[in-house]
Amino acid sequence: MNNALIIGQYVPSNSFIHRLDPRTKIVIIFFFVIFVFFANSVASYGLLTLFSISSALATKIKLSFIIKGLTPVWILIIFTFILHLIVTKEGEVLFEVFSYPIFSGAVILGAAIALRFFLLILVTSLLTLTTTPIEITDAIEHILQPLNRIKFPVHELALMMSISLRFIPTLMQETEKISKAQASRGVDFKTGPMKDRIQAIVPLLVPLFISAFKRAEELAMAMEARGYQGGDGRTKLRELKIERRDWLTFFGFALVILSLFLTRS
Amino acid sequence: MKKVFIAFRNVSFRYGEEYPWALKNISFEIFSDEWIAIIGHNGSGKSTIAKLINGLLLPQEGEIIVDGMPVNEETIWDIRKSVGMVFQNPDNQFVGTTVRDDVAFGLENRGIAREEMIQRINDSLDAVGMTDYILHEPHRLSGGQKQRVAIASILAISPEVIILDEATAMLDPKGRHEIMNTVNEVKNKHHLALVAITHDLNEITQADRVIVMSEGEVWLESNPRDVFSRKEELQQIGLDIPFIAKLADDLSSIGVPIKNQPLNHEELLIELWKYHSKM
Repeated sequence: MNNALIIGQYVPSNSFIHRLDPRTKIVIIFFFVIFVFFANSVASYGLLTLFSISSALATKIKLSFIIKGLTPVWILIIFTFILHLIVTKEGEVLFEVFSYPIFSGAVILGAAIALRFFLLILVTSLLTLTTTPIEITDAIEHILQPLNRIKFPVHELALMMSISLRFIPTLMQETEKISKAQASRGVDFKTGPMKDRIQAIVPLLVPLFISAFKRAEELAMAMEARGYQGGDGRTKLRELKIERRDWLTFFGFALVILSLFLTRS
Repeated sequence: MKKVFIAFRNVSFRYGEEYPWALKNISFEIFSDEWIAIIGHNGSGKSTIAKLINGLLLPQEGEIIVDGMPVNEETIWDIRKSVGMVFQNPDNQFVGTTVRDDVAFGLENRGIAREEMIQRINDSLDAVGMTDYILHEPHRLSGGQKQRVAIASILAISPEVIILDEATAMLDPKGRHEIMNTVNEVKNKHHLALVAITHDLNEITQADRVIVMSEGEVWLESNPRDVFSRKEELQQIGLDIPFIAKLADDLSSIGVPIKNQPLNHEELLIELWKYHSKM
């Protein structure tokens, strides 16, 4: 596991944000992603930054952990900023780097875009940090429910997602087993030129695929034996409940959006 | 009075037109509240029988009656309510992301209300001693524990018969022991019929009746003691003779009289200490 990147990692806790209904979180993040693009003044950006940072603090996850976890994203953010410095030619010339003029508009625009980018990544990563994958799956199933009317297989999609999640560790263990087995037969995964290393993956992937298909077949049979016959008439153990804190959160978010439009220039 | 729960009548099955018959004209009956072992080497058709009982496969010829219903497309969903099945691979029958979700899967399929579901999940996990693991993910469980969860998820739907389709084959001796104990307890408490399909003769000792399969036919239908006494014939159809049976055989060949065919260590011990006291 790559610990440097925290996107997609769940950190257990009992904070307010953790206990929110996953649907609340998904809906708010969806609208946040849209409204980030409406910010156009220092005040409006400040407001959104305040909202994001305070949400991050409310998760009770150490801010330093989150910021450090986004390291690979920082590179992208800085790259975007520099690109703007070079390309944008608005406003006055501030100073020159190796006789290349840097415009004031470029600095402002670059900073705005970089900040926007940072806020997007920060807020969306809060979702996966505070919500288990299975909760996200349940929420998606609920949110997509209206699509059932146009015969979109919502239940099947959610089941597929949850089974994939369940089998990720199993297949990881299997990959490790196969790679050890192949290494003991002399396959070299770690040294040699890139071309050889890529070719070494073939004897790893083929057995993995074969076993995955075999697993799928057996799983399907086991599911059928346990009475699975599609989504109709099924009840659910895991229940999602919108509670008072969810309404409060929606209300708070609505206020933030309202203030956003008031602070726009 | 004993009630016939499962009946096979002249059943033949093959996996496709060009394949040989996996089962050839077999007939037998299984009573409710009975422990029956079906034993045979690989390819003897024993696993096919399991899949025919709950309609995962349908026979080309003959008739299968389960709980008074003939197994066909219309009745399979009702039949699957009373037939629970544990498969060989512990991983490939674990559907849920946690123990709790996995036990819930069968209940969800049957549209059982949430409150009752929680009750049944707790009861059935308690019965197999897995309550402490209720929120564990499958990769944090051993093979034996996963199979116990599989048994719990079957108990939760309160079936009348449990089929173990080589459920212990992929486990280590400890896991195997765990499962056989669990199964024993569960069977006694819930008065279920049990069909244990295996190729390991050690696992038939507790059964009431044994069906020995060979080449798609019922080769022998008898009690475990009788099966154990036919060592040479069993070896001929590709089954391994348990150590205790071999030992008893070798002892009697050098003149130690062993009257009762022993099924386990204790029984052989009883035979032997009596022998000494006679001298």
